[in-house]
Amino acid sequence: MGGEVLIAVLQRALVAGTPLLIATLGEIIAERSGVLNLGIEGMLAMGAVSAFIVTLTTGSPLLGLLVAVGVGALTALLHAIVTVTFQANQVVSGLALTMLGLGVSGLWGKPYIGIPLKVKISAYRLPVLGKIPALGDILFFQDAFFYLGILLGVAAWFMLRHTLWGIKIRSVGENPRAAESQGINVSLVRYLSVTTGGAFAGLAGANLSIAYSKSWIEGMTAGRGWIVIGLTIFALWRPPRAFIGAFLFGGIFVTQYLLQPIGIPPNLLAMLPYLATLIVLVVGGMGKGRRSMNAPAALGEAFRRGER
Amino acid sequence: MKIHLQTVRRQNVTTSQTIRTVAGSLLAGFLTISIVFLIKGVNPLYAFGRIFGGSFGSFYGLKETITKSIPLITIGTGLVLAFKGKFWNIGAEGQLLMGATCGTWVALNLGPLLPGALTVPLMFLMGFIGGGLIGAIPAILKVRFGTNEVISTLMLNYVAAELVQLLVVGPWKGETQHGFPYTDDFPQSAVLGLLPGSRIHAATLVLAIAAAVILFLVIYKTRFGYEIRVIGENPDAARYAGINFFKNLLIMMFVSGGIAGIAGVGEVGGIHHHLSYPFTISAGYGYTAIIVAWLARLNPLLVIVSGFFFAGIKVGGDAIQISLGLPGATVDVFNGILLLFLIVGEYFLNNRILVHVIRRGVRAKEGN
Repeated sequence: MGGEVLIAVLQRALVAGTPLLIATLGEIIAERSGVLNLGIEGMLAMGAVSAFIVTLTTGSPLLGLLVAVGVGALTALLHAIVTVTFQANQVVSGLALTMLGLGVSGLWGKPYIGIPLKVKISAYRLPVLGKIPALGDILFFQDAFFYLGILLGVAAWFMLRHTLWGIKIRSVGENPRAAESQGINVSLVRYLSVTTGGAFAGLAGANLSIAYSKSWIEGMTAGRGWIVIGLTIFALWRPPRAFIGAFLFGGIFVTQYLLQPIGIPPNLLAMLPYLATLIVLVVGGMGKGRRSMNAPAALGEAFRRGER
Repeated sequence: MKIHLQTVRRQNVTTSQTIRTVAGSLLAGFLTISIVFLIKGVNPLYAFGRIFGGSFGSFYGLKETITKSIPLITIGTGLVLAFKGKFWNIGAEGQLLMGATCGTWVALNLGPLLPGALTVPLMFLMGFIGGGLIGAIPAILKVRFGTNEVISTLMLNYVAAELVQLLVVGPWKGETQHGFPYTDDFPQSAVLGLLPGSRIHAATLVLAIAAAVILFLVIYKTRFGYEIRVIGENPDAARYAGINFFKNLLIMMFVSGGIAGIAGVGEVGGIHHHLSYPFTISAGYGYTAIIVAWLARLNPLLVIVSGFFFAGIKVGGDAIQISLGLPGATVDVFNGILLLFLIVGEYFLNNRILVHVIRRGVRAKEGN
């Protein structure tokens, strides 16, 4: 009996962690190119609302997902234009993007608040692997977003680590001047990385609205976008560590509901993910030199062509 | 014919250039917002008429605008201080809430025992300390563990909001409130006086203006302010000069958070007279104040103007919510768009765009 509960909890932790994973992977790609995008919360909301509306009106979750990816990328494109072309402050632009994303999604989604989604994204048991006792129930009996998240994580790791594009992105994030002298178009690489990050965030938003909660309500992203920024740091800008962080936090989200029946006030439990983010960042920063956290060296700095 | 664009950094920027750029940014922002209205099927001219008519166009609107400018000016000046030190304090919302919580504690526990002349100053003092303490945590974490302050201040916003909810549905829930999630109403000695016929709580308004003036002097005329500016503008030079980061950032964030705490006391003591849900106590003032500080170009005195302006947008936004049936999120859209255009404007302020028109081998040059 205890075993069944444990299996259910772990399974739910992976479900709750999947949107965090997808969005974190996107932010890792963007930040590796040297652009900090604090607009995740806004992009998540944009992805969530667009996926929900499209899925509800067309009945096709796939279409909803694709639109969310596009909307996420377009929202991020705004950040790229402002910070790469106009070299504006990345922190402020990201905050503006969050306000804009939360605002536009609230405006756009108002008529859809509280409508339940009829389409079901059901869990799919993988052949063979799904039959493994316990492990099969936890890892191989999940919905499409989970499998997609895993694939994207592996792809992001491979791309950053083993492809020419990965080298370009990393060198632009570490030393844009040197990258430029090697003939790399710094602006182009940053534009592509930031919009890719936005596409990931849009997908994560779709995950939240059409699979995780199957409804739309203002503020449903509940600070996940900021947790993702924290997870990116925790992951040391590496996709493999993003898996650990995202599913750990998925577990924390699930723990909230698990501990509620034993009489801990729900508001205290609701603090858990936020406090955990703080703790993870503090512990991560302990014992390391402040600047040796593996952050891309040019992160947050605008780049001007042709200057010193 | 070929057009070639070249950007050249401006060496010095005059005040009139700055004013023109900011005005241009706002204009471009409002044009973009017009598009949002058009998409929503609303005549933008009518909508803007409603917004600014609602906030600046009538005596009642003007009074409401001043009321809402109080927290924005107060928090905005505190944020200016932190931003001068390039410390991204996004936690004013939580600092405001902790100020409101501490002020409420004084009001409910000491208010019945003390006269107003003692209770009110104590509320502001405790609110300042409460906001200051939660503001100081990210400074400590940043200096000691290198924790990114954007994340830590934001996370504390959520923690503070949950704490306030916990209090108002739990131990602090008022016995006289018929089951609503409020604390009991403040005793008379803890209620801030209002200007007649308005909701303007005068004490906080005075504190807001005083904070702006005092911080202007602190930032530009004191050693502390100078050290903060050096830390913000050139941390390497600050380190080389032996400036104490820990001490300066700690004081800076204690003050920045404390000032937001004062705004929180003003809201509970002047408007609500009890503590309730976080989104009732603060209509996102902590976030809007970021734009207020930015529009003021990090000058505390100009925060008075920009705080008043954004309070007007808030009041006007509430007005069109009712008259045009647009959701509250509309104001977020405004704020986001205006902020984006303001920071893009910086680029045109700091750079000259040269347009070269190359035509049949003749190169005409046009400056802009």
